[in-house]
Amino acid sequence: MSSVANRYPVHLKVLIYGFIILWVIMAAFPFFWTLWGSFKVELDFFSIADWTNALTGRNTFDTYGSSFTDTGYKGAWIQEEFWRAAINTSIVCFFVVCTSLTIGTLGGYALSRSGYRYTFWLLITALIFRAMPPITLVSGYLLPFFEWNLWGILPTTIIVLVAINQPFTLWMLHSFFQSIPKELDESAKVDGCTQFQAFRYVIIPVMWPGVITTGLFSFLLAYNDFAVTSMLLSDENRTMVPKIAAFLGTTYTEGNVMFAVAAVVSATAPLFVLVMFFQRRIVSGLTAGAVKG
Amino acid sequence: MKHSTFFWFFLPTGLAMLLFILLPLISVILQSVHTPHEAVLVTVENCGPFGCKKETTIDQDATRILREAEPLGRFVGFDIYFDRAHLAVAEVRQAWISSESWGVFFDNLGNLPFYRAMAFTLTFTFTVTPILIVFGLMIALGVNAISEKIKGLVIFVSLLPMIVTPLIGSLILFWMIDSRGILGNAIQWLAADPDLSLKASTGLTWVMLIVYGVWHSAPFAFVVFYAGLQTLPMDQIESARIDGASRWEQVRYVIIPHLMPLITFVALIQLMDNFRVFEPIVGFNAAAHATSLSWIIFNDLGGETRQLSAAATSSMLTIFGVAILLSPVLWRTWQDFKGKS
Repeated sequence: MSSVANRYPVHLKVLIYGFIILWVIMAAFPFFWTLWGSFKVELDFFSIADWTNALTGRNTFDTYGSSFTDTGYKGAWIQEEFWRAAINTSIVCFFVVCTSLTIGTLGGYALSRSGYRYTFWLLITALIFRAMPPITLVSGYLLPFFEWNLWGILPTTIIVLVAINQPFTLWMLHSFFQSIPKELDESAKVDGCTQFQAFRYVIIPVMWPGVITTGLFSFLLAYNDFAVTSMLLSDENRTMVPKIAAFLGTTYTEGNVMFAVAAVVSATAPLFVLVMFFQRRIVSGLTAGAVKG
Repeated sequence: MKHSTFFWFFLPTGLAMLLFILLPLISVILQSVHTPHEAVLVTVENCGPFGCKKETTIDQDATRILREAEPLGRFVGFDIYFDRAHLAVAEVRQAWISSESWGVFFDNLGNLPFYRAMAFTLTFTFTVTPILIVFGLMIALGVNAISEKIKGLVIFVSLLPMIVTPLIGSLILFWMIDSRGILGNAIQWLAADPDLSLKASTGLTWVMLIVYGVWHSAPFAFVVFYAGLQTLPMDQIESARIDGASRWEQVRYVIIPHLMPLITFVALIQLMDNFRVFEPIVGFNAAAHATSLSWIIFNDLGGETRQLSAAATSSMLTIFGVAILLSPVLWRTWQDFKGKS
């Protein structure tokens, strides 16, 4: 491939590298800027007088005797109890990913192995469900959840997120299982296995690449959700994203914007790690649907 | 696979979707044609030494009993759909009759919440989608041409705007674009106007949200197109080059036709996703200048009042919009299916 790249004339090469560098700055700079600024005081992060204050942290130095301060983080994690939201997010994400993968794997496998017409209609229904914005369903949840006293607690939200996740999981795993040769489980059935045994002993050992990729996207959906979690969770059960949104209302008035900045950086960090470790899987997951369709 | 085996395999996921997507959907439909009971009023005649007077009071007990007996409220048909907060039929007719020109008519429409939200939602959807496709294609072509050594790093960085939580991503940009933030400062300096604030003007707020939308979604287009470029038929490029095609002509007549199915795919997905734009409006605190259908639903549901019926009606109208955008996808899937069987 490098031979192809070498054939580009110089001016085109400069143009391409210039554009890519510009994009990289656009994509990455906001995150590093906010990370850097989260260790400053508000007067530096929002510097009216001189924008270089945000880099040098002059006001931070005046206040705390050092160019870096962790008051934002302390304020968010201890004073505003952001740790509680972090724990809630971990619980929600863990159970959403586990449950939706378990039931999604079974369903996706069945859809890929059954040749009847109804599988098509089930997949179409799933596609329609996938296209509906989750927030349109929320008003349908609230009334029964209030009636039955299910509102505000984590398990309800977990089940709702699992259900909202299912259409996507089914499509993804359906196309993944179709790429596993049917002969594999057919031959196991010839040897006397039931369908479930064939699934258990033949398919499960080879399905992990597809399942992990799907799991990543389930995780992202649960982690990033704002509309459903902010509507279905009570104040003390909030996950990180609605908690940050709640910060905004109070901190702008109290002048504690830095708490929100620190919380935002804290909530972004796990996603960075995730992309770092699973870059290839995320890319292959995004393209799997596209190349097929 | 036998029907019974299929049934047991599919049961858990089917049940989850039935209970938490289909039933809520039906409940939303029902709510959208019901409205909460009005308070039961009783008129009592009080006769005192100065004559009798009639007093109307709320019968608390009767109201409570009625509300508990029928929690959905009373049936009103499509009234909520046509009221001022939604399709506003009467107001639109009034505006149509009284407005002398199209400009005045659209100004009048802009005062109605539903049409205001619709205007932004559609503008956002139909500007962000083409821009992000072009931008994503440019990034994909660029990354395809750079040295292998830095490709991994560039792809890693490119994924960040897409992976990060939409609310968080918009907050990060919002703080930078604040008139005291670095970008806001830079823009003031460029425009030589120290009072310029992106938040204060409707037009600039829309531009800001559109820029965010492109920033957030371009990586998706990039990744899909980049994967498509890896399957590019080299012999076609080769022959185009021999025929004397310039680089631009190679892109125009070989690469873009090759990527066309992927471009359609990205366009359809992004039209649907951008139509539900919501988090950036909260993150950018932009509700005063730009609202979307999803934001209206969220706004109705939130707060102390929780106007379920109003929210349900907005939900139905949103689903209707999504259905229109989804129909080409469904049509294609159906064609594929007919082709296979």
